[in-house]
Amino acid sequence: MTTTHSLAAEELVLGYGERAVIDDLDLVLPAGRMTAIVGANACGKSTLLRSMSRLLAPRAGRVLLDGRAVHRMPAKELARTLGVLPQSPLAPEGITVADLVGRGRHPHQRVFSRWSREDDVAVATALEATQTTDLAERPVDELSGGQRQRVWIAMALAQQTDLLLLDEPTTFLDVAHQVEVLDLLTDLNRTRGTTIVMVLHDLNLAARYADHLVALAAGRVHAAGDPAAVLTEENVRVVFGLESRVIVDPTSGRPLVLPLGRHNVAAPAAAPWAG
Amino acid sequence: MTAGLVPPSSAVDAVARGRLRRASRRRLVVAVLAGLVVAAFCVTLMIGRTVYPPGDVFRVVLGQDVPGATFTVGRLRLPRAVLAVVAGLGFGLAGVTFQTMLRNPLASPDVIGISAGASAAAVIAIVFLGLSGTAVSVTSIVAALGVALLVYTLASTGGVAGTRLILIGIGVAAMSRSVVSYVLSKAGTWDFAEALRWLTGSLNGTTWEATLPAVVALLVFGPVLLAQTRDLAALQLGDDTASALGTRVERTRLVAIVAAVGLIAFVTAACGPIAFVSFLAGPIAARVVGPNGSLLVPAALVGALLVLVADLVGQFALDTRFPVGVVTGVLGAPYLVYLIVRTNRAGGSL
Repeated sequence: MTTTHSLAAEELVLGYGERAVIDDLDLVLPAGRMTAIVGANACGKSTLLRSMSRLLAPRAGRVLLDGRAVHRMPAKELARTLGVLPQSPLAPEGITVADLVGRGRHPHQRVFSRWSREDDVAVATALEATQTTDLAERPVDELSGGQRQRVWIAMALAQQTDLLLLDEPTTFLDVAHQVEVLDLLTDLNRTRGTTIVMVLHDLNLAARYADHLVALAAGRVHAAGDPAAVLTEENVRVVFGLESRVIVDPTSGRPLVLPLGRHNVAAPAAAPWAG
Repeated sequence: MTAGLVPPSSAVDAVARGRLRRASRRRLVVAVLAGLVVAAFCVTLMIGRTVYPPGDVFRVVLGQDVPGATFTVGRLRLPRAVLAVVAGLGFGLAGVTFQTMLRNPLASPDVIGISAGASAAAVIAIVFLGLSGTAVSVTSIVAALGVALLVYTLASTGGVAGTRLILIGIGVAAMSRSVVSYVLSKAGTWDFAEALRWLTGSLNGTTWEATLPAVVALLVFGPVLLAQTRDLAALQLGDDTASALGTRVERTRLVAIVAAVGLIAFVTAACGPIAFVSFLAGPIAARVVGPNGSLLVPAALVGALLVLVADLVGQFALDTRFPVGVVTGVLGAPYLVYLIVRTNRAGGSL
C-alpha cells in the first residue's frame, strides 16, 4: 500500500511567548518521499516539526493532513496516521524493549481493551524491521545509543502510521549509527511507502538520504526541492552564513558541501572573495 | 500499512510469549498481595485485648450475633480494619498516580504537601468552623485541590516534573503542618492522640460514620484512575511522546490530579495524613512487580498492606501504643533520605 496522505502547512505562524519563530510559512511535504528539513541552529526546524505533528499549536495558519486541520482532529485518529519521534523521549526505568515497542500500539487500543494478535504482529513486525528482535527481552537502559534509537523507531513503527516525523533521529550517534538509522528509514520508505519527514543537522547526510530538501532561514522556507537544486553554494551562504564549496559526491552523485573555514584550506579553494 | 515485511509467525509467538510472561508475573504478584491484605485484615479483626477465633469473626462479619464479639469486632475492629484497607488503597493509588504522572518517586502527594493541606483544612473545619462528617471531607478536598493548584502553578515555569515542584511542595507541606499545629494549640480540649491523627494519621477510635465517605470516594475515584492506566503509561515516555501516541496530555493530567487529590482528601479527612504511605507504596510495588506493566493496582494493595501491618505493629508490637502514622513515618523517612542521597550521588537533580 502506498501512502497518499498529504501533509502541508498554510500561512503558519509559530512561536514561544512573544517571539515568533516561524512566520507565515507555506510548505507541502511530498507523499511517499523522504524529506529532510535543514537550517541553522534556532531557525525553527524543530518548532516546525513539532507543529506539523501537533505537539505545538500554531499562533495562526494551519497544518493540514489530507485537507483537515491536525489541531482539530481527534488525538487517537491522528496518531493512527501520523507518527512522531520527538528529540528526547524518556524510557521508564527497567522497561524491556518489547514492552516499550508495544507502547506504540496505544492509539489502536481502547481504555480496557485486551491485547490482540494484531498488536503482537505489529510489535514483531516493528522489531524485525529495526533488527531488534534479539533485543526484545532486554531492558532498554542496557542498550547502546544506536540500539536505543532503533528501539524508539520500532515503537513509532508499531504505531503503523503512513507518515513518520522524526526530530533529529541521528543526534548523539556516531557516524556508523547515523548511517544505520538513515538506511533503516530509507528501507521503510522504499518497502512500505512510508512518508518520512526528518530534521537533520548534517547537510551531507541530508543530501545523501533525502529525496526532498527543505532549507529554513529566518522562520521561512528559503529553498525546497531536489537536493541538487537546494544545496548550492549561494543557499548555504544565505541559510548558514557559511562560505562553502559544493561538489558532486563521487559515491552517490548527490551534492556534497565542503565548508570553507578560515584555516587549513588549500590556497586555490580558499576565500574566492579575497581574489 | 501492513504491506512490506511480514514477520514469521514464530516471531509473533515469541512476542506474545514475552508479553504473557510479563503479564502472568504481574498477576501472580497482585494475587499474592491481595492474599496478604486479606490475611492482615483478618488478623486485625481477630486480635486485640480479647482474641476471637476466625469462626466468630466470620459470623460477626456475616451479621450474626455473637456475644461479646459482636460489639468488639463489629463496632470497634471492623470499621478500623475497613478504614485501614480503604485508606491504604487510596493513598497507594493516589501516590503512584502522581509518581507516574510526574515521573519522579519524590512527587507523591504526601511529600509535596497535598495530604498535609487536606489535613490542615480538616482541622480548621473541625476546630474553628465546628463542622463534622461530609462537610469536613468537602473542606479537605477543596483545600487539597487548592494546594495542588498552588504547587503546580508555582512550579510550572520550571517544567512540572522538575525539582522546583518537589521543593515548593515540601515547603507547602511544612507550612500546612504548622497550620495544623497552630490550630491544635488553639483547641484546648483536644488530647494528644487526637492531635497525632492530624499530624501523622491514626486509626484510633474509627467509626463507621468517619469511614463511609472514604469508602464512597474510593468507589468513585478509584475506577476513574484505573481508566487512566494506559494514558498514564504513555505519559511516562514524556509529554511529547505521549501526545504523539494520541494521549491528550493536559486532559489526562487534569483528570488524574482531580481524582487522586479527591481520593487523598476524603481519606485524610477520615484518618489523617498517614505518613509516607503514598510515597512508599509505588516504589515498593515497582520493586516487587518489576517492569511488567502498570503499578496502579499493585501500589494500591501495597498501600493497604502497609497501613494494616503498621497499625498492627503500632497497637501490639511495642510497649506503648502508637498511632499508625508514627510507624509508617519511621519506615518512610529513611527511604526519603535514601532517595535524595542516591539521586545526588548520581549527579541528578531531585
